[in-house]
Amino acid sequence: MSSELLVRVNGAAVAVTPGSTVAVAMAIAGQPCRTSVSGELRGPLCGMGICFECRAIVNGIPHSRTCQMLCEPGMDIHTDE
Amino acid sequence: MSKYSRERFDVLVVGGGPAGIAAAVRAAESGARVGLVDENLSVGGQIWRGGASDGQHSSDALTWIEQLKKSGVTLLCGKRVFHQPASSVLMAESTADVCELGYRNLILATGARERFLPFPGWTLPNVMGAGGLQAMVKSGLPIRGKRVVVAGSGPLLLAVVSYLRKQGAKILLICEQASGRKLARFAFALMRYPGKIAQAFDLRKDIARIPLATSSWPLCAHGEQKFEAVTISRNGTPETIQCDYLACGFHLVPNTELPTLLGCRIRNGYVQVNNLQQTTAENIFCAGEPTGIGGVDLALVEGQIAGLAAAGNITSAQQLFSKRERFRQFARLLDETFCLRSELRSLPSAETLICRCEDVPYSRLREHTCWRAAKLQTRCGMGPCQGRICGPATQFLFRWNPDSVRPPVFPARVEDLAVQPQAIAEVTGELQ
Amino acid sequence: MTKDTYDIAIVGAGIVGAACADAFAGRGLKVVVVDRDVVGSGATAAGMGHIVVMDDSDAQFTLTHYSQRLWQELHPELPQDVEYEQSGTIWVAADEEEMAEVLRKREYYQKRGVAVEVLDAGQLKQGEPNLRNGLVGGLLVPNDAVLYPPCAARFLMARAQQRGARLRLGASATQIQERRVRLNDGQEIAADIVVNAAGTNAAELHPGIDIKKRKGHLVITDRYPGFLRHQLVELGYLKSAHSVSRDSVAFNVQPRRTGQILIGSSRQYGAEHKEVDQIMLASMVRRAQEYMPALGKMSAVRVWTGFRAATPDKLPLIGPCPGFGSVFLATGHEGLGITTSLATAGILVDQVTGSKPEIAVEPYLPSRMAKEHLHV
Repeated sequence: MSSELLVRVNGAAVAVTPGSTVAVAMAIAGQPCRTSVSGELRGPLCGMGICFECRAIVNGIPHSRTCQMLCEPGMDIHTDE
Repeated sequence: MSKYSRERFDVLVVGGGPAGIAAAVRAAESGARVGLVDENLSVGGQIWRGGASDGQHSSDALTWIEQLKKSGVTLLCGKRVFHQPASSVLMAESTADVCELGYRNLILATGARERFLPFPGWTLPNVMGAGGLQAMVKSGLPIRGKRVVVAGSGPLLLAVVSYLRKQGAKILLICEQASGRKLARFAFALMRYPGKIAQAFDLRKDIARIPLATSSWPLCAHGEQKFEAVTISRNGTPETIQCDYLACGFHLVPNTELPTLLGCRIRNGYVQVNNLQQTTAENIFCAGEPTGIGGVDLALVEGQIAGLAAAGNITSAQQLFSKRERFRQFARLLDETFCLRSELRSLPSAETLICRCEDVPYSRLREHTCWRAAKLQTRCGMGPCQGRICGPATQFLFRWNPDSVRPPVFPARVEDLAVQPQAIAEVTGELQ
Repeated sequence: MTKDTYDIAIVGAGIVGAACADAFAGRGLKVVVVDRDVVGSGATAAGMGHIVVMDDSDAQFTLTHYSQRLWQELHPELPQDVEYEQSGTIWVAADEEEMAEVLRKREYYQKRGVAVEVLDAGQLKQGEPNLRNGLVGGLLVPNDAVLYPPCAARFLMARAQQRGARLRLGASATQIQERRVRLNDGQEIAADIVVNAAGTNAAELHPGIDIKKRKGHLVITDRYPGFLRHQLVELGYLKSAHSVSRDSVAFNVQPRRTGQILIGSSRQYGAEHKEVDQIMLASMVRRAQEYMPALGKMSAVRVWTGFRAATPDKLPLIGPCPGFGSVFLATGHEGLGITTSLATAGILVDQVTGSKPEIAVEPYLPSRMAKEHLHV
C-alpha cells in the first residue's frame, strides 16, 4: 500500500500521507486557501471547522471547509477567489 | 437532494468530546436508547482529537472511548446539527445526507472553542490558533524542524507545546498573558488535584527547556504573503522573533449557540444548569465546557451526571455531586488565573480586521454602541462563521453583548432547510 | 422635562422615519427622532431592500414610481455601504396565464413611461441561466434596484443630523398626544408636529389604526458571485401579496452586491412570535428550488423573520392622524417600505408645510380608513 496519495492544488501535484486533510495539502503546496473579501490571502485559523478561513474549491464545489475534509486520490483543489 | 434518514432516541447527545462520551455511556448503561452525534469523523472532540487511533491520549481517553464502543450507543459521526424544526427534533447534515434526530431527552455537550483576539497581522496565513495548529499537525501538517512561537493564554498553550515538541517542532517561546504570580498561584493550587499534579509533572518534563514569558503577548505579526515573524511584548519591551508559525489563542469560550437557539437560559455567558445538569429548557441537559470552562475532569463528571439524570437514574447521578464540586473549584481557578488583562484591548490598530468573514476593521466597529448596530451597519458577525470568531473578540474589546442566535446554528445546505420532520408533516397539508 | 421644543418629533428611526427626518431637516425644520432600538432595527433590518415599481393599484403605482425616481436621483450621493445596485427586476412567467399578465403589465407600464421589456423563454434563460428550463418568459423592469436597508436608513438619518436633527435611541415612546411624545423613562418631548413612523408598533401608540403584522421569512446564502443578476419574482407573488387571509409563499430572490443570494418570500397572518416557522420556511425554500434548482446545494448562512406593517387596502397611511390636529402618520408600508420611503417623506413634508405635493395624496390619507368605517 502506498504511503502517500496524490492530489492537485491549483494545478500542481501534491503528495500527502493518507489521513491528511485538504487544508494540509494546500499548506504543503504553499498555497493560501482563499482570498478574503478585501483581497487578503488566508489560511486555516481554528483547525476545527468553525472559522471558515480554510474554504477552498474542492472538485468544483466552492466554500468547502478543507480542514474538515480528508484528501482523496485525484482531488482537484483550488484557492477560493 | 440530500439522502434523508430518521432516527429516534430516548437520549440524544450532541457532541462527542469527553462530556458527551461520558453522558452517552452512562445513559446507555441505565437502559436508555442513546444516540451521539458529532461533526468530526471520529469521537473525542477537541481535547481527545483523533480518538483511539491517536497514540497520544491518556488511558482515561482510551478507556472511555472503549466503553463507548461497547455501550450500544448509536454513533452518528461526521454529522453536524444545524436546526431545530420542531420540538424534540434536531436536524443534522453531512456532505451527502441529512437526518432527522428525534429525542425524549437531549444532552448538549457542545464543548468550547478558542478565543481569538485581533492584533495587527493576525490574518496572515500561518498565524493560527494554538489548538488550531495542533489540529492541523494532527491532520498531517509537517512540523518537524519548524520554528513556532506559542502565545495567548490558558493551559491549552502548554498542552499544545508539549504535543508539538513531541512531533519535532522547535518551540522558540511561550508567551502567556497572565502574570508570573498568577501562574505560580495556579501551579500551587494544582496540588489539590492529584491527577493534575501528575499531568503538570509530565508537562514540565516536556516543556522544561522552552522559554516561558509571562505578562507577555503578541503585538504584531509580520509577513508579506504569509507569516514570517512576530513582535511580542516581554516585560513591557517589544521583541521580534522570526519563525514559521504563530500559534495564538486566548483561552476558551463555550459553544453556547445551540443551547441558546433551543431556548436554554444563558447566565454570564454560560448555560445555566441545576444540580442534575438540567437547563431551563424542558428535557434539555447540558454538560462540560458550555456550563463553565473546567477541563476534562469536570466535563467527564458533568457528562456522567447528565447521562444518568437524562436516563432517569437520579440516585447514581447524585453520588457524583461531590466529585463535581471539587472539579468546579478547578474551573474557578482557571477563570481567575487566565482572565484577560485590559492591555489586550489596545492590541488592534485602526486597520486591524476584527471580522474576518466580512473584513471589517476596528475603526469601523468603534463607531457603534452595541453589537446589533455594528452587525447591521458593517456586517460584522453576519458571515459564515456566524460570529464565532469576531463575537468573543468584540465582547472583550467593546464589552458588547451578543444578540440572539438565528437558525441555522451552523451553515447548512439550502435544500436541507426544506425538510419537514414527520411530526409536522402528519399534522398539516400542503401550503396553498 | 426637556427644555427643547421641536418643530417635528418622529417616532421610529426605520427607513421611513429616517427619510422623514431627512426631508424635514432639509426644509430647515428642527427635528428629533426617537427609537427604542437602533437605527433601522425593525422591518428595515429584516426586509429585502428591493426598490420596485408595483401596479397593484394606480395609487400603488404612482407612489412606487415616484419614489423609485427619487432613489435614482439620490443614487450618486449614496455611500458604498448602501450597496445601491440597479439590477432590475424580472417578473417570471411559468405558464401562458402568467405570460398574459406580463403583456398586461407591459402595456400598463409603457403607457405611464416606465421602461420595460418582454422576454421570451430563450431571452429569459439567457438573462438568468440558473432558472430552470420550461419557464415561458418574463418582464424585465431595468430601472428597479436593490440596496442594503440598514445602511440606507443610517445614511438618511446621518444627513438629517448634519442638518441639525437630533436622534434619541433606546427611547421607547409610550404615548403620543397633541404636541407631545411621552417616553418610557417619563420624559416628554414637545413638538409642534408629531409623526408616527413606528411601523408594526404604530398601532400601539394609536389603537385606532388598522395595522396588522404580516410575518415574512428570508434566507441568505454564502457568496456565489455571478449566479444571479436581477431580482427575480414569480408572477404568483402578486397573488401572494394580494391575499388578505391566506398564508403563502412566492419565489423571490435577490442578488446582493456581496454575491450572496437572498431567498424569499413568505407572508403569514396572525403570527405574533418571531421564531422561524418551519412549515413556512420549508415551503418557501421548496418554491425557490422549483424555479432555481441550483439554490438547493448552496450554503445557507442565516434565516430570519420580520414583520411588515400591513393595512387593509395595501396602501400606506401618510397624512394627518384622524382625531388629532397635529399628529401625522407615516406607516403601514407592508412590503414596500424601502421603495416608498422617499416618496412618503416627500408628500408628508408637503402636507405639513402646506406645499403642493408632487402626487395626489388622497389615496394614502389615514382619514380614508375612517370614511370606510362610516360606510360600514
